[in-house]
Amino acid sequence: MASRKPLNLFQGDIFRRAVRDALIKLNPRHQIRNPVMFVVFLGAILTTALFVQSLAGHGEAPTWFIFWISVWLWFTVFFANFAEAMAEGRGKAQADTLRRARRDTPARKLSAPQRAAAATEVPASTLRKGDIILCEAGDSIPADGEVVGGVASVDESAITGESAPVIREAGGDRSSVTGGTRVLSDWLIIRVGANPGEAFLDRMIAMVEGAKRQKTPNEIALNILLAGFTIVCLLATATLLPYSIYSAAAVNAALAAAGKAMVARAVPITTLVALLVCLIPTTIGGLLSAIGIAGMDRMIQANVIATSGRAVEAAGDVDVLLLDKTGTITLGNRQAVAFHPAPGVAERDLADAAQLSSLADETPEGRSIVVLAKNKYGMRQRDIDDLGARFVPFTAQTRMSGVDLPGRPIRKGADSAVEKYVCALGGSFPPAVRSKADEISRQGSTPLLVAQGPAVLGTIELKDIVKGGIRERFAELRAMGIKTVMVTGDNPLTAAAIAAEAGVDDFLAQATPETKLKLIRDYQQHGQLVAMTGDGTNDAPALAQADVAVAMNTGTQAAKEAGNMVDLDSNPTKLIEVVETGKQLLMTRGALTTFSIANDVSKYFAIIPVMFASTYPALTRLNIMDLNPQTAVLSAVIFNALIIIALIPVALRGVRYRPRPAHELLWNNILIYGVGGLLAPFIGIKLIDLLLNIRF
Amino acid sequence: MTGEAWISIGLLMLVVLLLVKPVGAFLARVYEFQPLFGLDKLFGPLERGIYRLCGIRMDDEQNWKQYAAACLVFNFLGFLAVYAIQRLQGSLPLNPAGMKAVPPSLAFNTAASFITNTNWQNYAGESTMSYGTQMAALTVQNFLSAATGMAILVALIRGLVRKTTSGIGNFWVDVTRSVLYVLLPICVIFSLILVSQGVPQTLERYVHVKLVEPFVAPAVASGAASRPEAVASQTIAVGPVASQEAIKELGTNGGGFFNANSAHPFENPTGLTNFLEETAILLIPLAFCYTFGRMVGDTRQGWAILAAMVILLLAFMIPCVITEQAGNPLLAKYCNQRPTALQPGGNMEGKEARLGPVNSAIFDSTATGTSTGAVNSMLDSFTPLGGLFPLWLIQLSEVAPGGIGSGLYGMLMFVLVTVFIAGLMIGRTPEYLGKKIEAFEMKMASIAILVPPSLALLGTAVACVIAQGVAGIANPGAHGFTEILYAMTSQANNNGSAFAGLNGDTPFYNIVGGLIMLIARYWTIIPPLAIAGSLANKKIVPAGSGTLSTHTPLFVFVLLGIIVVVVALTFFPALALGPLAEQLQTFAGHF
Repeated sequence: MASRKPLNLFQGDIFRRAVRDALIKLNPRHQIRNPVMFVVFLGAILTTALFVQSLAGHGEAPTWFIFWISVWLWFTVFFANFAEAMAEGRGKAQADTLRRARRDTPARKLSAPQRAAAATEVPASTLRKGDIILCEAGDSIPADGEVVGGVASVDESAITGESAPVIREAGGDRSSVTGGTRVLSDWLIIRVGANPGEAFLDRMIAMVEGAKRQKTPNEIALNILLAGFTIVCLLATATLLPYSIYSAAAVNAALAAAGKAMVARAVPITTLVALLVCLIPTTIGGLLSAIGIAGMDRMIQANVIATSGRAVEAAGDVDVLLLDKTGTITLGNRQAVAFHPAPGVAERDLADAAQLSSLADETPEGRSIVVLAKNKYGMRQRDIDDLGARFVPFTAQTRMSGVDLPGRPIRKGADSAVEKYVCALGGSFPPAVRSKADEISRQGSTPLLVAQGPAVLGTIELKDIVKGGIRERFAELRAMGIKTVMVTGDNPLTAAAIAAEAGVDDFLAQATPETKLKLIRDYQQHGQLVAMTGDGTNDAPALAQADVAVAMNTGTQAAKEAGNMVDLDSNPTKLIEVVETGKQLLMTRGALTTFSIANDVSKYFAIIPVMFASTYPALTRLNIMDLNPQTAVLSAVIFNALIIIALIPVALRGVRYRPRPAHELLWNNILIYGVGGLLAPFIGIKLIDLLLNIRF
Repeated sequence: MTGEAWISIGLLMLVVLLLVKPVGAFLARVYEFQPLFGLDKLFGPLERGIYRLCGIRMDDEQNWKQYAAACLVFNFLGFLAVYAIQRLQGSLPLNPAGMKAVPPSLAFNTAASFITNTNWQNYAGESTMSYGTQMAALTVQNFLSAATGMAILVALIRGLVRKTTSGIGNFWVDVTRSVLYVLLPICVIFSLILVSQGVPQTLERYVHVKLVEPFVAPAVASGAASRPEAVASQTIAVGPVASQEAIKELGTNGGGFFNANSAHPFENPTGLTNFLEETAILLIPLAFCYTFGRMVGDTRQGWAILAAMVILLLAFMIPCVITEQAGNPLLAKYCNQRPTALQPGGNMEGKEARLGPVNSAIFDSTATGTSTGAVNSMLDSFTPLGGLFPLWLIQLSEVAPGGIGSGLYGMLMFVLVTVFIAGLMIGRTPEYLGKKIEAFEMKMASIAILVPPSLALLGTAVACVIAQGVAGIANPGAHGFTEILYAMTSQANNNGSAFAGLNGDTPFYNIVGGLIMLIARYWTIIPPLAIAGSLANKKIVPAGSGTLSTHTPLFVFVLLGIIVVVVALTFFPALALGPLAEQLQTFAGHF
């Protein structure tokens, strides 16, 4: 599912499904959940009843007028339902795909966590937390769990969309497996971690489908505000009936006294309903739930599964981002950037030794040394076996790796380890090399010493490579008022140098799970919201404490459960996108609310001058749009309905978001949605009125 | 608009704005228990004596429910006292004119009116109330209802400033300090100035004088028994006017000693008193903006709100002055309405010759903008548009700048709504002064904003369909509708000024009006207190470049937009049937 496609709003199948769902949503029990649209719904029923009454010959207004008002009110309700259904549509389609992954496969339940233990075949749906199961090559993993034995490559494309298989093994941070994925090779013994219905896949389906969607706190607050505004509008229009009855009676009395015909009439209820629907914030009311669903959906498009809408909202509020250095700020691995020979050693010799020692070293650092030597001195890669060399791998005891050429043992490693090595062989450690190594440390790089036998040849400088463009990204975040904090296990000197290079606001060096947790608590104490990413089990406490916690999908089960979002791509940089999506969601809500409220001004001017025309003809002088008195009210109602359709793309895609300081964002949005919302209906209603009168 | 009009408005604004900072700073000291330039030494023993007598402990913090309960109990006792004094005034002292007991429904309406700082008057003071009632019941409530508004505002500010606590101050202490250190000292000085200008301050009985030119009063049009009558003497009502007049303006009360209110020469004898009364009306509501800024630690916040208030006030006051100065278009061909050296020009109907149309329009706009029920001219006689602007000022829910305390806490409700919408537009869940604005705050702010317009609209709706309602109006048609709308609007926003032309002293208007005033007052007091309690409990989020600035011109602009669309335009349909229809008919040549 998860390859990121550009959002195509009117995909045929989603469109058809949305039309059908929009009709189903006409159910009053669904309508009552949205106070604003429920008022429109009732208005549509009322005008329909008035239409029936007018067919029976007791019309309070011309039958055609009641008919068309009623039709467009139903359209208004339908369009709002349609917007919501469209927003849900994508999620539903994805949920269907996911469901296919959740087949009820037979599982092999083991009596003990050993491969040789007795196995019984049971349906996957009977597995409970704590059961031990065996999965072999070709098996679909029946439940979420933790690997307790074995190593296997697993195809997780059903969940992540990533086709390259991943390794899963017992212990460490790669021990978690997800139900619905498939073992490609070897075997795994898994301890089941979730009961049926609570698995990650189930949660994901519920999430994308929006089935469990509850209104978020901010959405509730906005709904209250809109309901309050609706009540004011309801009273303002409902009281117009007695007002106009009084006014018409007074004018008729005056006309009768002057011997003229009593022409003044109270306002028809149809017109009052039309005015009411135009004034209440139907634009935002109709699109509000669509905006929320679409926000979740945009997260899903970014391959992030949020466990609640609340988390998405909180993402918009984040004040502090805790970013892991490795993989987020710097490229995953350090790279060799320079050779610093010891006194009396030629740089070329150092490079040669360094390359030899790294030929069989498959770590990224090792490869980068080979590449550097090749680039600098044109040293071609040599085959280690042709040289008759023996590779000495890194061990925790020696803390060095290297190569034993005939009569030429080469070692590379941290300064203390190499010092110990050369001293043991009777060599000495030149002070110039030590001072160079310290200098490299201070600059935020890592010194790697090379020794040949008892002689120290020099130092390789390994440098953290800050990702391209990340500095600019942080500057944008700073402009938005978000503080970035780099978290690293490096010593403070190295951390400070990288922090300065990457342009983060602060850093936490020599980070441990405890210091991380404490840092988050400190920020929260000051009222700030903290976001972080994590994958390991030791990240879990911090993830649980953070306000927005994105767990990597490759991470452990504990991490995934502690976080409130899971990034299927396991890309720590995604945190920034998560924040932006949260902000965009809130901005879309605010922008459409502003638009909706600003719309009212023109509607008063469209409807009021003509609605009392029989009582006070002089009021038609307020008809500044010069609308046809017969069609002005209908034009306003049609505009009101069509604007919902017109704004569905904005609701689903979100308003254009650029990282800018708050006051600039406010200016832009006020100009577009406030001033635009003020002017657009003047033009729109006038155009619709002109069109209606071509036909009439 | 004439140069004189610009000077009048300019001078008023200049003087008030110059006073905002010193008075606002002083108010902040009062509520933050700082030294008060010797005043605390003077009144300190009295203050402590009151606390000891009433068993109040100064450091006893109340949570919002206790604070609200104290406010309600205090006001209810005030209500009982005012009602009882009116009903018993016949047998109480200080009644030289021998006033009889006030009828029950009128006494109810008046009691409700004065405890709610509305000061709607369905009675004529000089022919209904004894000196004792005016002083002990009405003037006392003028102080206490004003102090109540001040206390509520201060509690709300504390809610914004404090963090993770439930205490928002002590109602008894806040009310006592408001009266002792703010209202009383200013009123003493202001009363003396008024006396110097000719405002009476006496307990002597009414003066009977023989007319220099006796005349024959024509028969009243209806009634067979009515005959022309020779009039040779007159009773001139006097009384303790100056003391009531001072707090009437300063406390944005507005209940006049006389029926004619500030149009009466004994309430407002000169151009100077007129100017000082306008200044007194605007002084504390605007100064509170600075107090607010001081107390929240960022005076820019206060200035921004003050700017919004002043812009709104001027946006309604200036057109009101222009339309009144322009006069009646239908009279244009019969007489010269332009100002000349010998006449002020404009629409002079219902206006005092010593004040003229400009100062009448300024005074009435000032009073309607501040929930002060005072008038110095009869709004019923304003041109339809001229009357529309004071009416609309009230319909803004009294936030331009609104009543004492109540104006700012009302405005802060709109600020919260603005913050909510504008805050979303910058992509954060909304916060104001570092406090998160969530569902509970929105619910309470919505109630506070919803209640006054709802009551005004519903009250008018009831009055214009039932016989008792329509019976009260003096003019048929659109003007009569305006009279009802104005009466209901004025009471539903605790303003109290009367459009006149409507006979309000009927059981229907007394009871409905009284209930509207009570609901409007307390359902705009409880929500801010609830918000204060909720906000006081929250943490304060530090501001950054990602937070919404609430002191910028842009924010003020958005705030004004919200007020105009959410409340002002809500009344547009009703106004169309009243003053707008009337004015457009006038332009079209109909009477």
